[in-house]
Amino acid sequence: MTRTSRAQMVLSLVAIAALVAMPWLVTSDYYVNIATQIVIAAILAMSLNVLVGFGGMISLGHASYLGVAAYLTIYLTSHAGFGPLAGALAAIAATTVLAMLFGYLALRASGLGFLMITLALGQILWGIAYRWASLTGGDNGLGGPVRPHPFGVDLMNPTAFFYFTLIFLAAAFWLISRFVQSGLGQSLQGTRDQPRRMRALGYNVWLIQWLSFVFAGFWGAIAGLLYAYYNQFVSPQTLHLTTSAEALLMVIAGGTGTLFGPIVGAALVVILKNVVSAYITRWLMLLGIIFVTIVMFMPEGLVPGTRRLRGIMRKSQGSPTTQALPVTEERPT
Amino acid sequence: MNFWVIQGLNGLAFGSLLFILASGFSLIFGLMRIVNLSHGAYFMLGAYVGLSAIDAGVNFWLAILIGGVAIAVLGAIIERFILRRLSGQPLAQVLVTLGIAFIIADACVWMWTGDPRPVPMPSELTGAFRVQHLAFPIYRLFVIGVAFTLAAALWFLLERSRLGARIRAGVDDLSMARAMGIRTSILFSVVFCLGSALAGAGGVLAGPILSVYPGLDTDMLPLALVVVILGGIGSLLGALIGSLIIGLIYSYGQALFPDLAYVILFLPMVLVLTLRPTGLFGRQAI
Repeated sequence: MTRTSRAQMVLSLVAIAALVAMPWLVTSDYYVNIATQIVIAAILAMSLNVLVGFGGMISLGHASYLGVAAYLTIYLTSHAGFGPLAGALAAIAATTVLAMLFGYLALRASGLGFLMITLALGQILWGIAYRWASLTGGDNGLGGPVRPHPFGVDLMNPTAFFYFTLIFLAAAFWLISRFVQSGLGQSLQGTRDQPRRMRALGYNVWLIQWLSFVFAGFWGAIAGLLYAYYNQFVSPQTLHLTTSAEALLMVIAGGTGTLFGPIVGAALVVILKNVVSAYITRWLMLLGIIFVTIVMFMPEGLVPGTRRLRGIMRKSQGSPTTQALPVTEERPT
Repeated sequence: MNFWVIQGLNGLAFGSLLFILASGFSLIFGLMRIVNLSHGAYFMLGAYVGLSAIDAGVNFWLAILIGGVAIAVLGAIIERFILRRLSGQPLAQVLVTLGIAFIIADACVWMWTGDPRPVPMPSELTGAFRVQHLAFPIYRLFVIGVAFTLAAALWFLLERSRLGARIRAGVDDLSMARAMGIRTSILFSVVFCLGSALAGAGGVLAGPILSVYPGLDTDMLPLALVVVILGGIGSLLGALIGSLIIGLIYSYGQALFPDLAYVILFLPMVLVLTLRPTGLFGRQAI
């Protein structure tokens, strides 16, 4: 599935250049902060895309890793006396362990069952964050100054923090694309398309899916760490089903099974959410309407959709090169 | 001793409400392979509709009927014009129901504001039932009675009627049922309407106990999912036992360890998924 065509190389260079140059192009902190939000959301969406796009596993509980890592980061560093680095590492490690457990439970099922279990587990976590007020602050959430000062750089400066998150996005992009091209990533796509055949060929489908689940949970945790640094606050809303749904929308809107799709989707959703929230309070309704519209009328997402249009206009490759949204069929296992 | 009895009955009452919600969810899932993530929103909308009916001077029993019918009509429209267009694409259907759930949830805040609203209890059922020194609200006993009556009626419908035989055939093997001449599209509409009606009426019935508030939908939906994971897909008995287990765990958990009531909900899921992934009474793995 190495789709690194020349066009994609050019596109990535342009995108990277635009991102790096962003703080010079816009002078207002407001826009730099929105760009930071996009970068963090993109890491979350890319991690979810490992499951949805490359694994064909639709998770509605991906906010779990974002939220748990964010809660742990803030709790450990500003309430339990951990140092910045120790707190961050412990939060990431603990969240990854949680992903191991949730992966084990969710992968007892496949398809719709997987979706139901991830949703239920995620909402139980939300309930814990909401009700266990002595530990999590309940509805008031948990706050604390947690942005670190690595090597004397003051990350309270929005531009510095933007570059800080950008480094993580670059690492995520590089490592996730390496993962997708690796033997494990290739066999994951095999289990997505032909689970039965993969099993017959002697692949351990469960193990492949579980390792990918943990990998996705790890990057979700990284997004959660950055989320905690960015907001210096976390509330149960971070763990809520709507957050998982937003992440899924980013993946679907951008196009599943592509490396760039989730980044585009994250940008769209974050910008839309910021713009809409400035005018009306009906974000949830809009989210619902977008969901219904995309699933009914644009199931392959925007990036593959435009790529297909371009292909038609060139009259070259007739068939779209990307995987359609895996919502089109349930694969028998 | 008192504590255990009272909390046990509270748990049964909550489990009964859960059963009314989960039985429809489970039937829809079992027959149509649709995970209806709007089900919690139907429950909440039904409660709000019932509340408005009561505010307009209708009595409680009629309000339950109005709530049920209104949601059944909504369900019929959604089934006919949205879900059927996506038939054969279960995952697309799930995502659409999720989107619809968000739309309904936000519309409810819009129309009924964000304040929690208690639904007044019918005057016939206020007061407490006393055995020796124990007092227990009559309304909750009534809800438990309703759930068991409903369970019996659904059992009769599924096991003893021609329609039920068709539904069971569809749950077991849809393409075979279709090949035998069963018109599954009508069956789908009937089951979806029935499930929606139960959710809507259940919401009104739950009103005096849980009251209605934004977020009631996402409070109830995951519990219904856990019930189905626990009880097994499409199994009526599973939905009943699962609901009562979750109702009891939740009730005792909240009374004994209020902070950890949600943590305890993991427990039955971990046990069932590890030991018996088909659910307690399911025949197929979810």
